[in-house]
Amino acid sequence: MTAAAKVTKGSGTTWVGRSIRRVEDPALVTGRGRFTGDLPAALFVRFVRSPVAAGRILRVDAPKGAQVITAADLKAVQPIRPMLHKFNYVPVAQPVLADGVVRYVGEPIAAVLAATDEQAEDLADLVTAEIDETPALVDARGALAADAPRLHAEAPSNVVVEGRVKTQNFDAVRAGAHRTIAVEARSRRQNAMPMEPRCAHAAFDAATERVTLTCSTQMPHLMRTAIADLIGMPESELRVIAPDVGGGFGQKMSLAGEYVVLTWLARKLRTSLAWNEDRRENLMACFHSRDQSIMLEGAFDTDGKLLALSADVLANVGAYSCFPTTCAVEPLMAMAEMPGPYDVRDYACVARGVVTNTCPMAPYRGVSRPVITFALERLMDKAAKALGLDPLDIRRRNLIKRFPYTSATGLIFDEATYVETMETAVTAIDVPAFRARQAKARAQGRYLGLGFATFSERTGYGTPAFAARGMEITPGWETVEISMDPSGYVEARIGASPHGQGLRTTLAQIVADEVGTTPDRVKIVHGDTDRTPYGFGTFASRSLVIGGGAALLAARKIRGKLTKIAGQLLEASEHDIVLEAGQAKVAGTDRTLPLTTLARAAYHQAHRFGADIGPGLNEAATYDPAGTFSNACHVAMVEVDIETGGVTIEKFVVAEDAGRLINPMIVDGQIHGGVAQGIANALYEEIIYDETGNILTTSLADYLPPTAHEIPPIEIHHLETLTEASVTKAKGLGEGGAIGAPAAVVNAINDALAPFNVSIDEMPATPLRIRAALRQAKEHRA
Amino acid sequence: MSEKVEITLTINGRDHAIRIEPRRTLADAIRDDCGQTGTHIGCEHGVCGACTVLVDGAPVRACLMFAVQAAGKPIETVEGLADGDKLHPLQQAFIEHHGLQCGFCTPGFLMLAAGVLKREPDISDDDLLDVLASNLCRCTGYQNIIKAVRAAAAELRAQ
Repeated sequence: MTAAAKVTKGSGTTWVGRSIRRVEDPALVTGRGRFTGDLPAALFVRFVRSPVAAGRILRVDAPKGAQVITAADLKAVQPIRPMLHKFNYVPVAQPVLADGVVRYVGEPIAAVLAATDEQAEDLADLVTAEIDETPALVDARGALAADAPRLHAEAPSNVVVEGRVKTQNFDAVRAGAHRTIAVEARSRRQNAMPMEPRCAHAAFDAATERVTLTCSTQMPHLMRTAIADLIGMPESELRVIAPDVGGGFGQKMSLAGEYVVLTWLARKLRTSLAWNEDRRENLMACFHSRDQSIMLEGAFDTDGKLLALSADVLANVGAYSCFPTTCAVEPLMAMAEMPGPYDVRDYACVARGVVTNTCPMAPYRGVSRPVITFALERLMDKAAKALGLDPLDIRRRNLIKRFPYTSATGLIFDEATYVETMETAVTAIDVPAFRARQAKARAQGRYLGLGFATFSERTGYGTPAFAARGMEITPGWETVEISMDPSGYVEARIGASPHGQGLRTTLAQIVADEVGTTPDRVKIVHGDTDRTPYGFGTFASRSLVIGGGAALLAARKIRGKLTKIAGQLLEASEHDIVLEAGQAKVAGTDRTLPLTTLARAAYHQAHRFGADIGPGLNEAATYDPAGTFSNACHVAMVEVDIETGGVTIEKFVVAEDAGRLINPMIVDGQIHGGVAQGIANALYEEIIYDETGNILTTSLADYLPPTAHEIPPIEIHHLETLTEASVTKAKGLGEGGAIGAPAAVVNAINDALAPFNVSIDEMPATPLRIRAALRQAKEHRA
Repeated sequence: MSEKVEITLTINGRDHAIRIEPRRTLADAIRDDCGQTGTHIGCEHGVCGACTVLVDGAPVRACLMFAVQAAGKPIETVEGLADGDKLHPLQQAFIEHHGLQCGFCTPGFLMLAAGVLKREPDISDDDLLDVLASNLCRCTGYQNIIKAVRAAAAELRAQ
């Protein structure tokens, strides 16, 4: 373990590294949280959605006198058309209400308005759309066929993004390798399924002619930009508030056309309106995720060293492209990060995204990496088996060990602990003891398995990384504004927008240490475009790294000013001033002044301090780092019931390194939640369409998020590499849990079923799929 | 069906005289007609449990009960769990054990656990797990919720 973990920094250390309890919690446990759906409205909106996957809208009929809005009313509203300037990206347009054509079941066709939610729902049932159905395209491979139906005139081949990369020596190295091993890995479709579905409340203020859109979103500032652009209104006339947000996981970073309609209606009708998505709508028509197939081939030498890797990535992106990331985010991230934590010098990849008549895709915790990690880790296990190696040894031979490491795709890996985390996990598990137990169980007809997954999680990356993707909108930086008021209390305002991550607590810890106060005197303001500087939001494991970095840098400026003021008031050099526990102290003396005295002086005695100090205590800083890599090893211990195909997870171990832990309690919580979603990906959750494009999983009786029964206790071990790539030394880890768990669980299932010589390479590994594989193996033997 | 009826809902000891359609769910009535928005709605088909409240002391899915069915019966929601400024041991335990992240499912879990611990203070760990498996949480992976409820159960037994 990197020993220097809890080092002191800034003016004194006390708060960073401690599991202080969250400031968010008291309101949330007493029912005083403020969620979008809590707001009253004059009118409620319900969307009429397409019952078919593909077709032309012939007419929309509504009861007489009903308030119904269709595309015909929205001629002045631009369609959503996210843009990317690289990788053969084909921009496709998504009207906020279907304009003549429907392309997936659940696509909004009309909006109806009524005085209550129930009345709006009744009214929506009476609106009928006559649709001339056309053949639907559901499967990604089918979309590549020459005679496949075409979804968008702009994309004649249905391919909307295609990236290719190949190192110069790839062919020669592959040809000269001892052995090639291939795997076709597939993750079916998931829904991020936040507990709070999407919701929005738009209110027009006649006095200022502005609209306030309160909505469940992860990026209020970008929502403001996007919605104002599409409607054609100045951004200054729109205020976006993200109050308490009931989970997002990526689903709420993409622009919802419904939010555009609400804003437009509020302006047009000069009133307030609310829309609360129900669970059926969320499962059917809110953004889906994963749905990716990867053909992966590794070329190994006789010792199991990976010499060359090739991948063919096919992502089913659904009917449209999401804003702001575009639908290219999944295939392109797979292409850029595929070699993962393994040292391989030669690499070739084709990564494509195809459109189909299914719900559009958006990023979901992990974004592509749960699938690429799954493919890579299946490859490693298969290669180990083929080459007669231990699955751990093949990883030991291939994991990156020297830093900084430049990958075959040009990514620079900062210092990390790929080998060390794996060895930590191996020790925690006691592999030899397990193998003995496994052998004994097999003799009794019980099948236990152990599965490993090592991975890297690229986190906290700023504009350079996003610019490499050629994004029209290049997110990356965050700005934090900090004020210390005359009473000595601090307010930090940030454009990032957390929704369960506890950022108000962790940022307060960082700021408190830097200015020498306590976290209860630091208030973090977020989620309101009127109150916070422009910023991008909470996604991509970035908020603590980038928002926290900006907070640290801004707080450092406040500290600089406070030490100057203290130096003058205490008649000492500013360099001898230490700020801690609410006091400024001359080092080595007993001369102190409370921060409140300094703060008052900054505002009310400014004449004493000269022009270089200036009045007040208000500072801002922006942070835009190149990025870093967290890493972890996940281990799953499972038992498979070969009669039912059911899987029970006995034990789950995580050994991870996300740099400095700002608040270990919150870190563990992020890991628990991510692992649970990863287990769901591995075993339970699957959005299913029939061949006509009708969605079959529209209730929680069909789509199965795990309960407390399915998620085992998770044992966590921390290593802390204090990277230079992050000013707080924190690396970020919001997504890691979801990245490693699927591969670990499915590798464990395959290990359990080793006697049957099956290979399960598709997720979720449902009882149905496990039984099918076992039946097939039996028939094969017979 | 849309003929409104007058009923009184007694929420946390306070009477709310409301006029509603008979089809209105208890969850909607608590939130929209009585203004108690601490009870959340997550699925409206009785699976997720975010809307769990106590009616006559027992946990119910407020999205599966009509408001008229609860008229005249004591209803307890998350807003009534604390004793003034003093948090209920369950609320305190959720904070101490990091049993919540976004907080949307939390009121439902709190009321579920409150109802069960009142009925069965000595519930075994296994049975408690069965009970907690009736609600969904998407953030925590459940481990800390289980820890929190077990800790609160011990605290309540000690009281």
